[in-house]
Amino acid sequence: MSTKNNSLVSSGDIWFPEPLSTLAKDIDYLYYVTMWGSVIIFLGMFLISIYFLLKYRRTKSNLVAQKQVIENHKLEIAWTVIPLILVMILFVWGFKDYLRLRIPPEDTLKINVTGAKWFWSFEYPKNNIKTLNQVYVPVNQSIEFKMISKDVLHNLFIPNLRIKRDVIPNSYSGLWFKAEKVGRYQIFCTEYCGDKHSEMLADLIVLSEEDYEEWLNSANESEDIPLEDLGKKLYTAKACNGCHSLDGSNMVGPTWKGLFGKIRNFTDGTSVKSDENYIRESIVYPQKKLVKGYQNVMPSYAGLLSDREIDGIIEYIKTLK
Amino acid sequence: MGHLENINFFKAAKGFKSWLITVDHKRIGIMYLLFIVAAFTLGGLAAGIMRIELLSPDKVLLTAKQYNQFFTLHGAIMVFLFIIPSIPAALGNFFLPLQIGAKDVAFPKLNLASLYIYVFGALFCVYSMWHGAVDTGWTFYTPYSTTTDTSVISMTLGAFILGFSSILTGMNFIVTVHKMRAPGMTWFRMPLFVWSLYATSILQVLATPVLAITLLLLIVEKTMGIGIFDPAIGGDPVLFQHFFWFYSHPAVYIMILPAMGIMSELFTTFTKKNIFGYKAIAYSSIAIALVSFLVWGHHMFLSGQSDLASTIFSALTFIVAIPSAIKVFNWISTMYKGSIDLKTPFLYGLSFLFLFSVGGFTGIVLGTLSLDVHMHDTYYVVAHFHYVMMGGTVMGFLGGLHYWWPKMFGKMYNEFWAKIACALIFVGFNMVFFTQFILGSKGMPRRYYSYLDQFQPLHQFSTSGTWVMGLGFIIVFIYLINSLFRKEEVSNSPWGGITLEWQTTSPPPVYNFIETPIVDNDPYDFEKVKI
Repeated sequence: MSTKNNSLVSSGDIWFPEPLSTLAKDIDYLYYVTMWGSVIIFLGMFLISIYFLLKYRRTKSNLVAQKQVIENHKLEIAWTVIPLILVMILFVWGFKDYLRLRIPPEDTLKINVTGAKWFWSFEYPKNNIKTLNQVYVPVNQSIEFKMISKDVLHNLFIPNLRIKRDVIPNSYSGLWFKAEKVGRYQIFCTEYCGDKHSEMLADLIVLSEEDYEEWLNSANESEDIPLEDLGKKLYTAKACNGCHSLDGSNMVGPTWKGLFGKIRNFTDGTSVKSDENYIRESIVYPQKKLVKGYQNVMPSYAGLLSDREIDGIIEYIKTLK
Repeated sequence: MGHLENINFFKAAKGFKSWLITVDHKRIGIMYLLFIVAAFTLGGLAAGIMRIELLSPDKVLLTAKQYNQFFTLHGAIMVFLFIIPSIPAALGNFFLPLQIGAKDVAFPKLNLASLYIYVFGALFCVYSMWHGAVDTGWTFYTPYSTTTDTSVISMTLGAFILGFSSILTGMNFIVTVHKMRAPGMTWFRMPLFVWSLYATSILQVLATPVLAITLLLLIVEKTMGIGIFDPAIGGDPVLFQHFFWFYSHPAVYIMILPAMGIMSELFTTFTKKNIFGYKAIAYSSIAIALVSFLVWGHHMFLSGQSDLASTIFSALTFIVAIPSAIKVFNWISTMYKGSIDLKTPFLYGLSFLFLFSVGGFTGIVLGTLSLDVHMHDTYYVVAHFHYVMMGGTVMGFLGGLHYWWPKMFGKMYNEFWAKIACALIFVGFNMVFFTQFILGSKGMPRRYYSYLDQFQPLHQFSTSGTWVMGLGFIIVFIYLINSLFRKEEVSNSPWGGITLEWQTTSPPPVYNFIETPIVDNDPYDFEKVKI
């Protein structure tokens, strides 16, 4: 699955990335109706203005206004009522499509989404699968996201589907879609959430029916691989690499290089030698002990990592000397 | 005070102290102008640095945190220190009393107090830039703003204090319009700039307290840990957005209405025509002021507010677009059978006309529920509000500044360079922001330090526009300063304008008019008034 995302800029037309659903196409259609309507009215205003500017330009023979035309009630009524009718048509049209965006059909595949600084996690409740920054869905199937945030506001945006919704702490929000084409598509966070807001990205991977089944079967295979290798895999798969380096450089969080067995100094003045328990605690309750010079920004991974996965990460850190 | 009658207000008193304790609305207006130009320069530099950072998705000048601080700084300065006070406090202070034939505003000392409060609030904002600059965006959304370690408190306290300056100026203008009009100046004989300032003042007085309360609640939550907006301690983050936009949407009209007022002045003077549809324009200002209180929820279609609320806010948003459209149609019609003089102020007027219209049409897109879902929080929104705020208000401000410059200082600037600068600003502006419509609809989210490589060419083109625009502003600065050293004095009405400010000397005497003017005509009656 190492293929790159479909480009937003080069796919689709001049304005939009390639639409991935019928609804997205309908929304684009309404946009073009609005845009071309606006262009026609704008050009009308522009040409009339240019005509006036040329015709009534101040010259020696036109030093004063030709005639003081000051009002015309019919015109005033016309340019109040006609725009009002036009925008009301747009309002009703937009409202109808909005209802289609908001109300999911009955038979959806439900996926729970959690946004946290600065990654997305996806949980398939029926299959007991969790993924990070990648969500796999079958093509032509209605998908429903139930979303919540662990910290500040986030927003999940899939440009190819023309959908987005705020992800809020302490309150669920919903989003549904039906992707009609296989491929790999971009997901953005579009509610400002801090230093790594622009790196809070994820991939929507739309698979054919068979490939999706195959993926479901393979997704739980992590049981078999050695702990060290599992930890190495999780380092990128669970987005640890967003904040922790392997080469000793300091990022948002402390580096993992040489972490095991090192004395850690905390903001409250205490210190401890880094061992298995300390690392486990830092993963599950990261806010409990803060290393000096770092902010309290790491979200808790409680529930996001199994015990075996935590063990894997600990074993992996041990190898980073 | 008889000896002051013929002396212009610059020469009436001398020395630094005479400015610090002045109660002359004209001097206060000029001091505001200095601060506002300084704020615009600072906010503009911040924007320029942001755009340079965006030349590449990797680091150019700033870290991610610094970038976030820069866009917060840019937004907060431009909104609170520049655009809200820009036209009302600087040009409005100077010309409202002159246009209604008054000696001063109703409460001259309160007017000076507003200026001091503005400076005091601005100092708070500057302090918070020095001391752990805020990285929340100018919207201070919770719970991010209650959890960040940057100095949110001093920044919001600054905005809180600035709010009082805004409220006092608004109150002062309302009373001035009601009580200080010259004999014979009925409501419908007031220039339309006065109408627009009146509508703006109503908004300032009614809406600003809500912002003050909101920011105060934010400070209470942050310092005392009482759960109001932060869900971690039992608050509701969406409540903050309701409070914030209840002020900040009307505030958008606080920003644009005065510029619309300037448009009416420009379109009459430079066509030598009475305004087309005086009452339609005057009433539409008031209609905008009222309806603008009922549309705040269109910033929150995706926030989790109920779909019914979103639907109602969408419908009301379309309705508030109509009065603005009416104004635009009336300005265009004013040119009909006129005698049109394409001087620099009018070029800015035409720039406003076209750029503001683009902002309006794209606002229709954003008001449409289904379309907003895709465009929300992308560069499309950034482009839209810059077309309204910069294409509208800043063009209006520049138009007004060039229009009234000879009246304020008694000197004329170089028309040739003024036209060159206007063209550079217009072209540069469109390079920067039209590109951003495409970036946005292609999916580029706003407030992104880094971005996908595929967006780079569009970002680079947008950034190159800032240099064209910046050059334009530098030229404006040079020829305006240069004009002050010119020898030639200008006449009372260099453009042939006939509203009352053009019937006194340039610059005006301390009490504005040698004799109280008596009004017996419409403000733009070019057949009756000959200058």
